[in-house]
Amino acid sequence: MEVLDILARLLVWLVLAPLLPGIINKVKAWVACRQGPPVLQLYFDLARLWSKGVVMSTMASPGFLIAPAVAWVAVVAAAMLMPLGRAGCIFSFDGDVLLLVYLLALARFSTAWGAMETGSAFEGMGAAREVSFAVLAEIGIITAILTLALESGSISLASMFTPPPGPGAALLAVGLFIILLAENCRVPFDDPNTHLELTMIHEVMVLDHSGPPFALILHGAAVKMMLFSALLVQAVLPLAHMPLGLSLAAMAGGIVLVVVAVGLVESLTARLAFRRVPLLLTIGFLFCLFPLLLTWMEGVL
Amino acid sequence: MNTLAPFFIFPNGSSVSWPAVPVFSITKLVRVTGELLDRGARICSWFGVQDHEETCLVAILAMDSESVLGVARSEPISGSYPSLTPRYPQAHLFEREVWEQHGLVPLGHPWIKPVRHANGTAPANAPFFRVDGGEVHEVAVGPVHAGVIEPGHFRFQCQGEEVLHLEIALGYQHRGVEEHMGGGPHRATMSQMETVSGDATIAHATAHAMVMESLAGIEAPLRAQWLRALALELERLANHTGDMGALAGDVAFLPTMSACGKIRGDFLNLTALMCGNRFGRGLIRPGGCRHDLDPQRLQTLKARLETHLADVEQATAWFWDAASVRVRFLNVGVVHTSQASDIGLVGPAARASGLVRDVRYDHPAGWHRFSQAPVAVWPSGDILARARVKSLEIQRSGRYLLEQLDGPVDGDILAPAPVPAPESLTAALVEGWRGEVCHAALTDHSGRFRRYKITDPSFHNWTGLALSLRGTAISDFPLCNKSFTLSYCGFDL
Repeated sequence: MEVLDILARLLVWLVLAPLLPGIINKVKAWVACRQGPPVLQLYFDLARLWSKGVVMSTMASPGFLIAPAVAWVAVVAAAMLMPLGRAGCIFSFDGDVLLLVYLLALARFSTAWGAMETGSAFEGMGAAREVSFAVLAEIGIITAILTLALESGSISLASMFTPPPGPGAALLAVGLFIILLAENCRVPFDDPNTHLELTMIHEVMVLDHSGPPFALILHGAAVKMMLFSALLVQAVLPLAHMPLGLSLAAMAGGIVLVVVAVGLVESLTARLAFRRVPLLLTIGFLFCLFPLLLTWMEGVL
Repeated sequence: MNTLAPFFIFPNGSSVSWPAVPVFSITKLVRVTGELLDRGARICSWFGVQDHEETCLVAILAMDSESVLGVARSEPISGSYPSLTPRYPQAHLFEREVWEQHGLVPLGHPWIKPVRHANGTAPANAPFFRVDGGEVHEVAVGPVHAGVIEPGHFRFQCQGEEVLHLEIALGYQHRGVEEHMGGGPHRATMSQMETVSGDATIAHATAHAMVMESLAGIEAPLRAQWLRALALELERLANHTGDMGALAGDVAFLPTMSACGKIRGDFLNLTALMCGNRFGRGLIRPGGCRHDLDPQRLQTLKARLETHLADVEQATAWFWDAASVRVRFLNVGVVHTSQASDIGLVGPAARASGLVRDVRYDHPAGWHRFSQAPVAVWPSGDILARARVKSLEIQRSGRYLLEQLDGPVDGDILAPAPVPAPESLTAALVEGWRGEVCHAALTDHSGRFRRYKITDPSFHNWTGLALSLRGTAISDFPLCNKSFTLSYCGFDL
């Protein structure tokens, strides 16, 4: 019974996640007065990639194939720690939030490892950019988690989402949204639609991947998007105190709202130059820092 | 007043008999050319003419302030000659080209290597300039690119994200356009001239038609000149609009990208309304134009033009209103005014570096003798300036077109096919949307082409792109590239 429960919850993550990039693309198409690809496009792409063979560089070691698998498993494991409102999470223990941070770091390391395997100048550049910007993005996530832990007095994801209403929640929402855009390689940090290798961050790291490993990369990216959206929604709305139905509805609505916002940002602003990326990431970090100070000061006063 | 003396002076689109071209010793030609360049002239074309076993060097200079061209040639030489490049960098590609085509070695040229081909091997096989150092890395891009574009190889020397040096190797699309012209004009010549650079069909076709007409000593009927001027501006509108959209696309600014892609097509369709082809193929012929614009189509053209101009005004306004777009362009990819004039930039790229350089204004020929659009200039030399100049030219070309459509001239559109005079040299400059298109032709004793030299604006401007990358982040290369929008095939010929 418990196994079935775990599988059902896991399926929710694995099956629903690829909807999010579809919604983003639909929003972008709608703003540009285009019809756009179907919302289910990523499912078709995954099915197509899964049935294809793998092209592998003669320079690369088997690590080139292992790295995407490790990254996917790490992201999915992180998702298993993330609760979905009142429905709760798949696994939970004290301090699991630290594991979440390290799993995301492991996924990033693996992607960079896979990129370096090819020996291509492009992919090396992409990996260098990814890890440089990640340093700043991770500070933001850790600060946000500290805030939530301080608010709830818990370091387990299952019980740490008890945001009090107020300016702190609003600030945290902005900060986490900026970090969500950076972590998921969206405009203004990266351009998922560009064909220009010299300007890419994440896309250039996966340039040489094909077939099932590439499907894993795309699917992992969708799960990561859902993970960060769920984090953002729960850091702002006290879903854990709502009735189950309302909580789930608010969760779903919140996630859709977040990805629509991502689509709108992508439709209406240009990308940042790389030298300005640290500036925006620092702003994201500050938006997460102020709620931390607010919560801390409340405790002191 | 003759500032180009001792060169032979002639206006754009006229011819001179070959024996009347002043002949200097090669050292004197190089010295005098240098003196004239010091006085503000610039090189339009510099090429060799085969004379038995030896080669005459021909220099065609433009003195923009006087609206005249000057020509001189050397005695037939072989072996080597003193290079102009160390003092006048604008000569560097011309000298490399002459070395490649005729084997004349420019002594003192700092970087002598093939321009288009070397004994059948690919251009990228020649050694590239390298920066040494532990932190320096090399990035090779192309010749196959991710987008649907032409082939070219770019070799970056980088320190981290910063580009220290960029070297561009082209020649992958060398078709032998100039070589085919020998003994011409042939039956296919006009079609070949229209595809020297397909997006600048009107500019190259007009230049070739001017060459043929001036060699025959005739002029196209006035109405044909009027039609050519209209088509030239429509070509400029379509391409500049496409560029604005592409620039927006490169910074992921979707509204302008989507709109401009569509409006570019609208402008191309206006050219199709004139002559049945979206790029204007088949419109221009030596002696005039083949398709007339009857009053009814003229009214349709005008009405649609007004709509499309309003659309493009709106689409570029989104672009300029977005701070996130402007900040990507400001102070990125700068080519200073002095650099621009040293390397002889032409077209919108030169005007964006503060040089007032526009053939329609400086060397008016055809319809532009009677009416001109104001020259669009921006001083800063960065991507913002190049985008700004294109944006201004869209407005001004639009206004110019609407004015000209209100005042059509009557008359024939096609004179009998011109017959080139023997032993004559001519040069025709046209301000295409990329800049100065220069066609120079020399006929033999029977009036067939002995030498035909095409200089696409890209030939001058690729060096500008390489310079703009110095000290710029490598991730801004696509933006810089798009802001110059140079032709690969127009260069490769």
